[in-house]
Amino acid sequence: MRTASDYIEMNVPAKPDYVGVVRLTISGLANRMGFAFDEIEDIKIAVSEAVTNVVNHAYTDGEKGQVRIGCNIFDDRIEITVVDQGMSFDVESISKNLGPVDGKSVDQLNEGGLGLFLIDTLMDKVEISSEAGVVVMMTKYLHRDEVEEHVDRISPAPSQ
Amino acid sequence: MNLQINQHQINEIHELQLTGEVDAYTAPKLKEVMLPLTEKEGGTVVVDLSGIDYMDSTGLGVFVGALKSSKANNSSLKLRGMTDRVKRIFEITGLTEVMDIESGVKGEAL
Repeated sequence: MRTASDYIEMNVPAKPDYVGVVRLTISGLANRMGFAFDEIEDIKIAVSEAVTNVVNHAYTDGEKGQVRIGCNIFDDRIEITVVDQGMSFDVESISKNLGPVDGKSVDQLNEGGLGLFLIDTLMDKVEISSEAGVVVMMTKYLHRDEVEEHVDRISPAPSQ
Repeated sequence: MNLQINQHQINEIHELQLTGEVDAYTAPKLKEVMLPLTEKEGGTVVVDLSGIDYMDSTGLGVFVGALKSSKANNSSLKLRGMTDRVKRIFEITGLTEVMDIESGVKGEAL
């Protein structure tokens, strides 16, 4: 089993100004790993959503916070962790509002709230914990078309 | 990582031509320009997204806000020229059902 990975970490101020910088960096890493164009775009959106959540929710006005983005690069996947040290926002109440617009009228639409739903949809695996601050960990697997699937590969049980 | 907004007006139709990225950094600028336009009763706001190569939920939020405002003020909001990427996030989130979206470049011959 391969466990070795490269680790890259960024620590940026929790301000909108830096969301794009993080996105571009992650895009570069995903590109280097060999992700397809559409997958890279998915990862860019998911990471931006997680960082934007921290920017919008984690710190109160006047409190200057940081957001830490860690990337574990494996042969077959990228694991991205977005961490804040701010007040945990209420993950449960946000999760309740998760979901597409399905059948909602325009009045019921929420101008926020789509971020976590997008992360969940665009990434292969997402874990959120909120003990001290909020940690969002998301994984995207590489599906190399040119490489045959290893039949004997140990694949994790589907976590449904 | 920036957003450029070009504005044209023909009678009651305001057209916004967007180029660049809509994210947490640039969305406030878009909101500031677009929202007042949707508040003009009977007006039409057409937003051309063909130059947008990145948009996330912050951008979607601005369009949801603009849509609400246009309903409240009897104006209309139309989006056109979406790239496949941008269209995809509107589709995933279900916003294609509620937004007035002009389908992209259609071959005349088809």
